[in-house]
Amino acid sequence: MQTRIRPRAAGRCLALATGLAALAACAPADRGAIWDPYEEQNRAVHEANRALDTLVFGGPGAAPADPSGPGPLRRGIVNLAGNLDQPLMVANGLLQFRLDDAAHNTVRFLVNSTLGLGGVMDVATGLGIPARPTDFGETLHVWGVPEGAYVELPLLGPSTERDLAGLIGDYALNPMRFVVPGRLSPAFTGLGVAARLSDRAEAGEFIADILYGSADSYAQARLLYLQNRRFRLGDTRYVDDFDPYEDPYED
Amino acid sequence: MRTDAIDRRHALSLIAAAAAAGAWPGRAAAMTLAEARALIQVMLADLTGLINSGRSAEQLFPDFERLFNRYGDVPTIAQSALGPPARSASRAQMQAFTQAFSGYLARKYGRRFREFIGGRIEVTGGGPVRSFFEVVSMVTMRGEPPFEVRWHVSDRSGRQLFFNMIIEGVNMLATERTEIGAMLDRRRGDLEAMIADLRRAG
Repeated sequence: MQTRIRPRAAGRCLALATGLAALAACAPADRGAIWDPYEEQNRAVHEANRALDTLVFGGPGAAPADPSGPGPLRRGIVNLAGNLDQPLMVANGLLQFRLDDAAHNTVRFLVNSTLGLGGVMDVATGLGIPARPTDFGETLHVWGVPEGAYVELPLLGPSTERDLAGLIGDYALNPMRFVVPGRLSPAFTGLGVAARLSDRAEAGEFIADILYGSADSYAQARLLYLQNRRFRLGDTRYVDDFDPYEDPYED
Repeated sequence: MRTDAIDRRHALSLIAAAAAAGAWPGRAAAMTLAEARALIQVMLADLTGLINSGRSAEQLFPDFERLFNRYGDVPTIAQSALGPPARSASRAQMQAFTQAFSGYLARKYGRRFREFIGGRIEVTGGGPVRSFFEVVSMVTMRGEPPFEVRWHVSDRSGRQLFFNMIIEGVNMLATERTEIGAMLDRRRGDLEAMIADLRRAG
């Protein structure tokens, strides 16, 4: 009955990803809305992440995000990093058998790489072709891999076992890795990091509200991540459509 | 004595069930999807007007609070956020809690809505969910992919009001149940102390 997945022609990283996914698959399927067996370690990681965030972004008293939005340089970095991620999204679209999404992201990549000057400008969104973001975590979901336990990752924040496997899978799969010359790969990674930092700065007030305004920022971040992630994946099994008039004191 | 108590409870629940059965079909017929959509449409028009009035989020807090109390069932949202502790709270405590919660809600969600400045919010769909209606609205901001906010509307309070909103899957009632629960834990279950904290939170 038990199927063992053995690494063969697939890259070592991909094997690790499927291995992790298989691990997640061992988890009991029906554990209610939140399954967090690593809560103690997760909370320790959360405290470290929060301390780092305070250090980098200034903590609760920091100036709110600039209402005029990010400056042209930062916008360019975010666009460029986003464009370099498009081939990976196309690959995931194909693996999910969502050919329309793969085609959509291919057109975006072609438009932004040419008219958008190599991806510095996001011309495609203005032309009515907004991003249809996806990742290998979603691919695993489409393949039927269960969500697994909740985990908070150092630096990267809230995730699940399946999404962690997805991160590793995305690294192994990313077509850009085979195109970008080795000596440019630190620049490639640096660009990704800069774009993530910029995302954090842009979502500034919202994330700061959770990290510094909440009585239990760990529980709040966990709930927001799981609800939003399931929504994006179209996973309706946990949808909480409860009716307070039926059950006013629901536990 | 024991059977007596059970009988009394049984009789009470029968009366409650009969009352519910009697009241429910009438009310279900009274409210339609079109009315639920209209409520949210009117509210979103008011909300858009406030957001684009040129005033700061802080200046708008009292207006947001009035808006939430006009179109939303704030006492029910408050009671649901508090959860089981609401059962043992006194009337005065519930009143104080609901009042503090109303201001907290206006500050917290008003500030979020203020970020929709310059954007367009419109009702795009809806349908019945069990005993209430869900109205779907889309927020479109320039240069960003549109995102959805769902509203749950019911007339069970006696008036047609919304009691929950779900922004990109994030459910307000679930979020506030977690937050209020954590605030109460921090005060070791002391409701009065938590209410005092709530007046400053959001």
